Amino acid sequence: MKLYCLSNDPNKPCHILTFREITLMLDCGLSMQSVLNFLPLSYVYSNRLHNLPVWMPSDVTDIDVEGELRENGDRIFIDSPPEFCPPLDKLIDFAQVDVILISNYLCMMALPFITEGTGFQGKVYATEPTLQIGRLLLEELVTHIEQCPKANFAAQWKNVVHKLPYPLNESFKPKSWRQIYNMGNVNESLSRIQMVGYNEKIDIYGALQVLPTSSGYNLGSSNWIITSDHEKIVYLSGSSTLTTHPRPMDHHALKNADVLIMTDLTQTPISNPDSMLGLLCVVVSLTLRGGGNALIPCYPSGVIYDLFECLSIKMQDLGVQNCPMFFISPVADMSLAYSNILAEWLSSAKQNRVYVPDEPFPHALLLKNSKLKHFKHIYSDGFSTDFQEPCVVFCGHPSLRFGDVVQFIELWGNNPRNCIVFTEPDFDYIEALAPYQPIQMKVAHCAIDTSLNFTQANKLIKDLKPSTLVVPECYTQPPVSAPTLTELVIESNSDRTLIPYKWGEVINLPLKRKQGQIIMETEVAQKINPIEVKSGISLSSLTGSLMIKDNVHNMKSFDSGSENKLQKGIHYEWGLVNVTEFLQKLAQEGIIDAKVEPSGNGVMIHLQDEDALIQIEDSCTHVLCNSDELRLRLRNILMQCLKQF
Amino acid sequence: MPEIKITPLGAGQDVGRSCILLSMGGKNIMLDCGMHMGYNDERRFPDFSFISSEGPITSYIDCVIISHFHLDHCGALPYMSEMVGYTGPIYMTHPTKAIAPILLEDMRKVSVEKKGDSNFFTSQMIKDCMKKVIAVTLHQSVMVDNELEIKAYYAGHVLGAAMFWIRVGSQSVVYTGDYNMTPDRHLGAAWIDKCRPDLLITESTYATTIRDSKRCRERDFLKKVHECIDRGGKVLIPVFALGRAQELCILLETYWERMNLKVPVYFALGLTEKANNYYKMFITWTNQKIRKTFVQRNMFDFKHIKPFDRQYIDNPGPMVVFATPGMLHAGLSLAIFKKWAPNENNMVIMPGFCVQGTVGHKILNGAKKIEFENRQLVEVKMSVEYMSFSAHADAKGIMQLIQYCEPQNVMLVHGEAVKMEFLKNKIKQEFNLDCYNPANGETCVINTTVKIPIDVSLSLLKAEAKKFNALPPDPKRQRTLHGVLVMKDNSICLMDVDEACKEAGINRHVIRFTSTVHLHDPGSSLSTAHKLHSLMMDKLPEWSFTFTDGSISVETVLVKVEGEDDDQKSVFVSWTNQDEELGSYILNLLNSMGQ
Repeated sequence: MKLYCLSNDPNKPCHILTFREITLMLDCGLSMQSVLNFLPLSYVYSNRLHNLPVWMPSDVTDIDVEGELRENGDRIFIDSPPEFCPPLDKLIDFAQVDVILISNYLCMMALPFITEGTGFQGKVYATEPTLQIGRLLLEELVTHIEQCPKANFAAQWKNVVHKLPYPLNESFKPKSWRQIYNMGNVNESLSRIQMVGYNEKIDIYGALQVLPTSSGYNLGSSNWIITSDHEKIVYLSGSSTLTTHPRPMDHHALKNADVLIMTDLTQTPISNPDSMLGLLCVVVSLTLRGGGNALIPCYPSGVIYDLFECLSIKMQDLGVQNCPMFFISPVADMSLAYSNILAEWLSSAKQNRVYVPDEPFPHALLLKNSKLKHFKHIYSDGFSTDFQEPCVVFCGHPSLRFGDVVQFIELWGNNPRNCIVFTEPDFDYIEALAPYQPIQMKVAHCAIDTSLNFTQANKLIKDLKPSTLVVPECYTQPPVSAPTLTELVIESNSDRTLIPYKWGEVINLPLKRKQGQIIMETEVAQKINPIEVKSGISLSSLTGSLMIKDNVHNMKSFDSGSENKLQKGIHYEWGLVNVTEFLQKLAQEGIIDAKVEPSGNGVMIHLQDEDALIQIEDSCTHVLCNSDELRLRLRNILMQCLKQF
Repeated sequence: MPEIKITPLGAGQDVGRSCILLSMGGKNIMLDCGMHMGYNDERRFPDFSFISSEGPITSYIDCVIISHFHLDHCGALPYMSEMVGYTGPIYMTHPTKAIAPILLEDMRKVSVEKKGDSNFFTSQMIKDCMKKVIAVTLHQSVMVDNELEIKAYYAGHVLGAAMFWIRVGSQSVVYTGDYNMTPDRHLGAAWIDKCRPDLLITESTYATTIRDSKRCRERDFLKKVHECIDRGGKVLIPVFALGRAQELCILLETYWERMNLKVPVYFALGLTEKANNYYKMFITWTNQKIRKTFVQRNMFDFKHIKPFDRQYIDNPGPMVVFATPGMLHAGLSLAIFKKWAPNENNMVIMPGFCVQGTVGHKILNGAKKIEFENRQLVEVKMSVEYMSFSAHADAKGIMQLIQYCEPQNVMLVHGEAVKMEFLKNKIKQEFNLDCYNPANGETCVINTTVKIPIDVSLSLLKAEAKKFNALPPDPKRQRTLHGVLVMKDNSICLMDVDEACKEAGINRHVIRFTSTVHLHDPGSSLSTAHKLHSLMMDKLPEWSFTFTDGSISVETVLVKVEGEDDDQKSVFVSWTNQDEELGSYILNLLNSMGQ
């Protein structure tokens, strides 16, 4: 069994697992850190962005790079549509992948890169919410980028990366970066997904069984249990033990794995999501009270459902309930509608509301009361008439490089009464704001990441008791941002093997199959004749016809009429031959001329009249005899001296 | 032979109060717990005294499975759990869990408040009963206990209707509940994978019907409604609150829109909005088209269909009214029927099946006069139309489902005995399967083959595969697996004999025989060996021989030729006791050559 690591971002994982000749891809996350190096995409001509000074490396004479790079403050940005770093395609041919398992909608953004134009012919499994919301995320991303077409694609800078300043010179594999896929690719790719339910057993070519269980992280998020007859591998991706809107995490099914692969732990190991949520509500409410607007860059699904709920309550408390909330995204309507029809995937508190029947999320009521309004874009019909300040705006993209958020920063950035609140943990907020500096609006950092922190992860591991634990190497060292906090690691323990892995590596996992499974039919079972050889241990020789179909082994009785000699029962002798007893039995049979001599480890018995030799040792007896009649008599006597099963 | 026992307490050669007891592998499962609409006495509920003559039945039943929210499938549930007494788990899908209590409460009101029934379950009992319900999602594998596993499949009959696959050990059963194999205006078609159960228990409401296309039936329905309102008549459509009603509403709504009709359409039901809310919230259970468009337009927001008020019964002029219940056995639909029946301009359309004993059943059978409890006699002059809109599989659909899941045996329930007989023969003919249709209270025993999973050492399997792959391909060749079964501390594993001896800690003792045959054959000993080799291969085509360094081996039999320059050759034949038969055969073969 081997594990390949194709992504350098443990929060956007992509692995290949090979086991029993099946090639499984575990998640296909798309790292988007690369987009931070690009200039924001604006719908309308931005004077400021357009007039940023062009930057050239000092000793480069290559004229091609000119105009590709621009400078703001001490940062260099690429003036081109943003590019993304897809999973590594050098270690494995994607055409060989049999199955892709997707854990949650945040871990599937690279799917079109994997399945389209690569010869991929396998199956993709994901839960219904993962597919539906994943589609929203993919569509939003493509729409955001496609609605701001750029005339030029910069490419020459990649040849002089080493001469560029930090952080561009350290950017990860820029030559592998690619333009985003198009809507056609998205649709083709998503149409390959087969929807599955929690605890649905899925057969993979008879060799493996995979089963998703609830991971409590977001709507439809799952951990995967991969089993064969005797082996159990657990792939644990984004998981949460906190109580939010999704179905709680299912621990039980993950226990006692031979191998536990754990990834996608929290990106904010130091902060507590609950207090961050509280802080956010306060910051937003106070901003509104002071007459300012709050801008919340976000993904179109996930934590925002909880934000709508908590924020509306807090706004009520602080008397700013009349300030509207706007949710602007090309998929805002779909996201709000879907969240309220996925009751089966929600926490029991939310689920019970549909039995009334009420919508599970309170944002349905907020919509009815016009406290929350949603628009596809800021230029959509009705937005300008409904727009009133102060207000709260939720919009994408959290990287601040594309989407409506770019326009709102342009609009509100110069007013210190306004506030931008970062909630999504995927991007460093200072990096995200870099192209907009200097900026006057207040900046609040309330990153809410509900996935497991190190304390929770270590506790979970202790509880799950895997034999082998496999984690990204970075989880075995304190985070780069806090090198002194040595408790922020996955602890190693003598009870289990800890195997770290990193990008581009292929790891051999210590799982050796020794046993398989065979299905025995009644007729075969009836032939079992157990003989107790020791107390508690019985043996029975057994023969049957073997049928192998779809990797399942069946043992049947033989068709009548077939004449294979092996089909008659074969039995085995065991134990020692007692020579005295043997000689007695020979004498009873009338053979009295036996001459016994020691030989090697045993004895040699010579029957002189018959010219036969019998060599008896502890574990074998050799009969040399040319008369078949005598041989069969000797055989009979020998078998009386031995035990059989 | 292990067996599966089935006893229908209801729905055996009958429609109504579905309740089937299933026993296999030491587990007892109750499939559905319905009531009979045609009776008002104790016959309306299944006879639970069959399970236990007295007292609660919890200790006799491992779990109860409810297929969908229709009362003939869940109507007796609160009676069973709260009055007879059952505290074990009850499984149903989420939409069923949401909608069933509303229908139960509705029925309770009609029975207790209108008909004055005593000894009926209370509202609180419905609530207590629902607390015992565990909701399941489609395809989720649910372990009821360590041995009993259930899994739901989409049945398409009403919102949330499911078929259930039930497994104990290697035995499995599929119970369909009611299902529909053709997608309609709001639901998809039933689907099941090739799960190859030992028994398929299927409904057979339309065992003898092969229905014409859905479109024809719809056109027919709309034409009849339109003709009736054109002549100034009133149309009564008795329906159940949830299910067919929504489909017919969608149908009429689009027709009214298209034809620009102004005649009022009423939906006589307090539940309308609530009912439609359920459809909105469980839209993932509706069909592809509605799911795709629900964000833009909610199919369950009706423009032309207005709520009904009792006073409208006597309004002049044409109108169309949907009213509950669907079989004209009580409530508003019956009240409207009594008023409208004597007028030949009016029409009643029965869009679904009616059980025996209901007014619906009577008028469908051509009754022209209906007598009610208080000696009231109603003349039926209005035209009575029957349109099969109830979403059951027809004969073709049932055959299709059998094809999908490939069962070993089939059992028919939820249908009429005569029609079942017809379908039974057809199933026997077409699939060569045993088919059963027990009556209520009759126990049916089905023998099944058992399959025992055992462990096997991989080296044994690999050795077999290697040997098999070395042989020339022959699709007819049987593969043979031979080993020793080691039974130790509850584990059973098949392995190679040496492995097994090691595992058991005993010494194997090998007996080997060697005999010499003298042959007269000039030439080198190698050429003699070659001759013997081809002779043996000729005589024993089933076996695979290897020939190395002048010695021939097959299994443990070894044949070696000695005597280089002599015309006389000594041939040694040696074999272990396990190959006695083969070894002595070869020896005899050589001996007969020597003579």
